[in-house]
This record gives sequence, C-alpha cells and structure tokens, in this order.
Amino acid sequence: MKLKQIKELLNAEILAYGCDEETEFDHVFASDLMSDVLAYANNEALLITGLNNPQVIRTAEMMDMHAVLFVRGKHPKEDTVELAKEKFVTLLVTEHIMFEACGLLFNNGMKGSK
Amino acid sequence: MDLLKRLSYHVLSNNFIKAGKGSSDIKSNLKSIGIDSDILRKIAIVCYEAEMNIVIHSLGGNLHCDIYEEKIVILTEDIGPGIPDIELAMTEGFSTAPDSVRELGFGAGMGLPNMKRYSDIFEINSSIKGTNIKMTILL
Repeated sequence: MKLKQIKELLNAEILAYGCDEETEFDHVFASDLMSDVLAYANNEALLITGLNNPQVIRTAEMMDMHAVLFVRGKHPKEDTVELAKEKFVTLLVTEHIMFEACGLLFNNGMKGSK
Repeated sequence: MDLLKRLSYHVLSNNFIKAGKGSSDIKSNLKSIGIDSDILRKIAIVCYEAEMNIVIHSLGGNLHCDIYEEKIVILTEDIGPGIPDIELAMTEGFSTAPDSVRELGFGAGMGLPNMKRYSDIFEINSSIKGTNIKMTILL
C-alpha cells in the first residue's frame, strides 16, 4: 500500500515525513517490544507500536524501517519527532487500537514482516 | 588483518535520550564506506543491543567499532555490576531489567540472544568489575 492509502485508511495524521506519500509498504511488524522488533522484523516494513519514545525511532533506524505508526492516539514528544525527521523516518499517529489498525491493513493486502 | 579504523563512543548509564547515538553513528559510517545493507543491519542490531545493555545494566562504558578489510568487530566494555550467570542471561526471555526499562520496550530478555544470533563470533566475559563483549561480523 502507498503511504497516502495507509494514512487515509487509518485516518492517520502524519507528524514527520521521511519519505513521500507515494512510497509503497508491503509488510508490517507490530509490537510494543523493541527487542522483539530487533529480533524478528524484516527490513523496510511499517512498524506499528503503542510506544512513543525516542528508542522507537532508533530501533526503526537500525532496522531500515522507514515508517512508524503510533496507535491508540499516542502522540510522541517533540524530541521523538525531531529525531524521526533527522533520521528520515516517517511518523504517523492513529486513534485506532493496534488490533484494529493491523486488521484494516491486513484486509487491504498487507502482510506480516518476519 | 590490519585494523583500518576504530570508532569509539562513551556510553552513559541510564541515559535513555542519548542511548543508541553511538550505534547510529557507527551505522552511518559503515554505510558510507559501502558495507552491504544486510550485513549492515546485523551490525546495527548487535551494536544497538550492546549499547542499550550498557545504558540499562551498567554504570557506564565504552562502545568500539573496529573496521578491518574482511570483518567488523564490535567491542563493549562496561563498569560493574557484571553478569553473575552468563548461561542464564543468554536464555531468551530471561531479564533482570527493572519495570522502568520494560516500559521503554526493552528488558524483554532478548538482548544477549540477539547479539549472539546476529554475530558470526560472539565472545563475552563478565566479573563483578564489569562486562566485556566482542562480536565479530564477517564481511
């Protein structure tokens, strides 16, 4: 799915742009455990999480994940947004809970990253 | 076998704002010299887990990245309290991290197993004075 489709589907707000809205994402990894992201995710997936601290951006950076979606309306603090901009990581936030966000993306053809 | 370059960083205990900065810088440096992206990700993972371990578990330490023609070696040395039972600490899911660290998404007991999984050679020594880890990734 294109970033702009993800944004519309989840009624998400974009807080930082690391890529343009035409960028395609095929895979998703959803977790609140960054250690599990480091252990199990593949690169270039969309990361879905309810955590919103700077370490989420660091984890995405290490894993070459170019976009992070915060669920449950978890807006990150400014330092996290600034770090995302510096590292070219796109940040989105949606009011959906993680289960709903994953379900909507799955129904629209996105696959799990593993 | 000659060491081409060493990158070094001081890592502060309990500083979760700066945590990961050294690993980020190492990744950028290695990317700029053309390291393959799959290998680069392995190096980034072991480096970041090791850096987070210093932040979470030690009183502070150093992170080094030694660049050779045929390999990258990530070294960490930290000051106390050390790991009493390394075999137990290497078990997936075992963790002594406090709740405050778990709330940040770490301390799930995957750090050391991840470091071993993504290293070609993993060496660890620990005493009450501190822990030294050496991780070699072949190019």
